[in-house]
This record gives sequence, C-alpha cells and structure tokens, in this order.
Amino acid sequence: MNNKDLLNLVDITVSFEGFLALNKLNLNLKKGELRAVIGPNGAGKTTFLDVITGKVKPTKGEVIFKGKSLVGRKEHKIARLGVGRKFQSPRIFENLTVKENLEISVSTPKSPLNLINKSIKDEQLNEIERLMKIINLAQKVDSKAGSLSHGQKQWLEIAMLVGQKPDLMLVDEPVAGLTDEETDLTADLLKSLSGENTVVVIDHDMEFIRRLDSNVSVLNQGTVLCEGTMETIQKDQKVIDVYLGRPED
Amino acid sequence: MSLSKIKFDKKIVLSFWIILIALIIAAPTLLPVFRLNLLGRYLSLSIVALGVDLIWGYTGLLSLGQGIFFALGGYCAAMYLQITSSSEFPNNIPEFFALYGVEKLPFFWEPFRSPVFTFFAIWIIPALVAGLIGFLVFRNRIKGVYFSILTQASLLVFFNFFNGQQKLINGTNGLKTDVTQLFGQMVGSESMQRIFFWITAILVIAAWFFAKWVVKGRFGNILIGIRDDEPRVRFTGYNPVIFKTIIFSIAGGLAGISGALYTVQSGIVSPQFMTVPFSIEMVIWVAVGGRGTLLGAILGAVFINYAKSLVSEALPASWMFIQGGLFILVVTALPEGVLGWVQGDGPRNLLQRFGLKRKIETYPSLEVNTKEGDNE
Repeated sequence: MNNKDLLNLVDITVSFEGFLALNKLNLNLKKGELRAVIGPNGAGKTTFLDVITGKVKPTKGEVIFKGKSLVGRKEHKIARLGVGRKFQSPRIFENLTVKENLEISVSTPKSPLNLINKSIKDEQLNEIERLMKIINLAQKVDSKAGSLSHGQKQWLEIAMLVGQKPDLMLVDEPVAGLTDEETDLTADLLKSLSGENTVVVIDHDMEFIRRLDSNVSVLNQGTVLCEGTMETIQKDQKVIDVYLGRPED
Repeated sequence: MSLSKIKFDKKIVLSFWIILIALIIAAPTLLPVFRLNLLGRYLSLSIVALGVDLIWGYTGLLSLGQGIFFALGGYCAAMYLQITSSSEFPNNIPEFFALYGVEKLPFFWEPFRSPVFTFFAIWIIPALVAGLIGFLVFRNRIKGVYFSILTQASLLVFFNFFNGQQKLINGTNGLKTDVTQLFGQMVGSESMQRIFFWITAILVIAAWFFAKWVVKGRFGNILIGIRDDEPRVRFTGYNPVIFKTIIFSIAGGLAGISGALYTVQSGIVSPQFMTVPFSIEMVIWVAVGGRGTLLGAILGAVFINYAKSLVSEALPASWMFIQGGLFILVVTALPEGVLGWVQGDGPRNLLQRFGLKRKIETYPSLEVNTKEGDNE
C-alpha cells in the first residue's frame, strides 16, 4: 500500500450464507491506471464491484479509497466521493431524454434544494454538449433514451459515467452486445479516459481486453489468481487451466 | 407501452384547461347549489389526487394511506370551526364534550383557537406526519408492495385511534362543521358554500401549478429516475431517501388541504375519511385519469366522483360494480389512463383499427409521434 494508490482492497471476504463470493481478495490500483478484470462466471467480478460501490458490505476486509475507508458508507456517499459505475446491461433512464439523463449525471450539488430551485449551470451544459459529441448523440438530444439502439444506450451510460467526473470508473461489460466497430471505439474511448481517470473494466471479451493493452487481473473463485500484462497471464498455467484454455470436456 | 410516451402536449392540455376553467366559471350560475356543492367537493378531492399522482405516477410510490393526511387536514379545519363557534355551549367548549362529561378542553385543541395557526396546521401537520412516516419507511428501503401494505396498515392504525377517541375528538361521530360559524356566517349556508367553491377552484389550479413546478426540470427527472431505477439514482450520487421523503411530504400536505376543503363543503369530518376503500379510490381516480399527467389526476377525481353521484342517484348500489369495472378496464385496456391514452397514440391507433387513419389530421400533435406508433 503506498500513497500513489487510489484504491486498495485488503483481504476482502464476502460470504453469502456460507458461500464465499469473494475470498481474501487483494487488489491495488494506481492513480490513472487502466485495469482489466477477467474471470470465469461466478468468479466474483460483479460482487467485487458491489463491494467497492457499497451495494454489498464485505464480511471481512477493508476498502481504502483516496485514503478513506469505504466500508459501511452508503452508495450515494461513495458515488459522491468519486466512484462511478457502469452496469452490465445498460442502466439509463429510458423515460427521460438523452439530455435529461446527462443532466442527472453532471448536476452538482446533488441536493433536492439545488435541483428544484436553480437551473443548471452553464459549465454543466457545456459539459453535456461535449459528452454528446463524444458519443455521437448530438442529434438525439431530445429523444427518449428508451428509443436509442443498444449500442447507443451503452455509450450514453458511459457518457453519464464520465459526466459524473469520478476519480475511479468501474465499467462492467461495456461491449456486451456491441458490433465489432463499436467495440473498437469503446476500447479507444476507455483508453483515452485513463491517465486522467482510473478505470477498471470487467469483461469476457478477450479481443476487447487485448485491445485495451492494460494490466489484467484474473479472478477465480473470489480471489485474484494472477496479475500482469495480457502476455504474462496468457502464459500462466493456472490461468490457462481455469479460464483461457479450458479443455472442452 | 410505457409511460415514456406521455409527452405533455401543450395543445391538448391547453384545451382541457380552457374547458375546465370555463366549466368552473359557468358552474355557479348554471348549477343549483346542491350540485355546485358536489362539484366543489369533487374539485377538492382532485387536490389529494394530484398528490397521489406526484408520489405514484412520478415517483412510483403506491400509497394506500393518503386518507390519513386527508383526514388530518379535515380535523384541523373542523377543530378550528368547532372551537370558535362554542361560546354558547357549557364551559365554552364544543357541544359534544358534554356528552362524555368532559369539562376541560383537551390541550391539543388550544392552538386551534387561532385562525393563523389553523391555516398553517391544515397543510403542515399532514406534511410533517407524512414526512415522518415516509422517512422511516424509505430509510429502511421498504419499497413496492411492502410500502403499499405499510401505508394501508398505518391508515388502519389512524382509523382505529380516531374512531375510539370520543373524549378527545368525538370518536366515530366525527366533528360537524355545517352548523358552525365562520366570520359571522354559518358554514353550511348557501353563500358560504359558494365562497368555498371559489376557494376550492382557485386552490386546485394553484395546486396544479405547484405540482407542475415540482415535476418539471431536474427534480422531477430524479423522481422519474427513482420510479424507473432507484439503485441507478443512488450510484449517481443522489440520496433517494431525501427525495422520496420530500415528495411524500408534499403529497401529504396537498392531502391535508384537500381534506380541509372537503370537510367544510360536506359538513363533517369523521374517521370515515380514513377507511381503506376511500384511500384506494384515490388511487383509482389517478389510474383512470392517467398516471404521471397531473391533469389526468384532476379530471379523474372530478369525473369519477360526479359519475358516482349521478349513477348512485339513478341506480343505487350499482356504483361499486361500475367503479370496479372501470378500474379493470383501465388496467387492461388503458394502462396509461384516459389522458395518457389521448396524449399517446391511443386515438390514432383506434382510428387505424377502423380504417380511418387519415383522421389523424384532427390531432395534429399526434403526427409528430407517428414514428413511435409501431410500439404496439
């Protein structure tokens, strides 16, 4: 643990009535890092995000973010500290327009009084415009988000995540259901976000992960099996056994 | 089909408003006092319906306990009227106390001597009670059906309490207001009832503007966000507990105003305001009128209640069947309610079915939405 780290997970254990979803998981993230997390189904990838974002309280262990413990804090407080999350299937507000969705993400402070009394700040409107250009939805500003295509929804959710200006972005399967071209664009987008932001990407798609060209953590049975570049982990025998080259029997 | 298509179409809303305001202005000259009084009562019910629409239509909180706040507002108004009209009764306290041998006014009646206190109490007390119940429930993340059950259970608790307190508030008999005096006039008199009609009409419109102000913009969008995906709202950094408590409290305050207006126009407040069916009816008005439309809540409350009184006069005891049928019809055929149906693709689809699609020209606004028509 050193002070360049943005996030430290220390011996995280999550037990669901005896079943260990996470088992003494340790993971450290540096500021500005892009990290891919892979693992077979049931490895604990989503629970890992749930612990960081406060949805699940770890049975044991500590989550340190920017020097503060996140354990026991409410989800919205953790979000305000600077942890943003994109969900597996796109979770946008379908009954609101694209612009209204982005307004929700960029608005600060997030208090009822501010929202009901004041109109949105100019710099926040500029930010919305910038985001809509990045995700190519400028023509769809006033369309209901529910009318967007699956790929556009994924991108809108990523834009909402960026609009929140989090220090740590947790991105769960951002390319599920996207075309190859969209997948490539998403990979480039996420790469461009790292550096300034710290990004954790969870995915199954090997091609996509390779394209991210980042460090990879392999989860298995609730713990980190191996960490390193794509090349390193592809050569690791343990990883080959559980995940990459699993024989088809 | 989803609520997404309920777009506030200005022309439709405007024309409804023109009709509604024209009716309100014409009513006192056209209607006999008996009918006018009924209309005034139903208009006052539309204020509680607006609150139901805010919490249910916009925020997704199906409360079956709005009768609590409605009755609280009614009791506040009735207590003031009773106490200011009790000078000729023994001990200078309301008449009913003598029946139970009470000689001293219970302490909580005292502040109701003040008209200013009463004016604020009518909406602040219900809003505070709603806020308190809401906060406790929302903080514990009780949602959906459990929330509905809990609000209904609270309603029963309040009903039983009020029903049993003869020595405090005349229990099951309730508090009469029609023979009390307000500003030297009998509350039940014709001239007073006309005044109450106007006050009600103005307050309905004011309540609509207020509700509109609440739901427009970012605050309203968060409410819709909570309805559609509450965890997502949380992970974006908003605390849904606060938003839900505020809106539930607002709905409580509106219910209180509604209850007070209803009480002075019907002449009595009693624990009957807190019966289970009455609070469910409030939900039906909004469901039939159109969830998430505000105006639908007003129209639903007024028209269903007017229909109720007309049907009950013609065919006694048949109303419950009609109301039940209406509810089933709306749930199955018009899930967005009548106004939601009109504002969505309803009329166009219907005309299409009869091969009269071209007639959409009569609904110019609908042509804008044509691309959404293939969504069923």
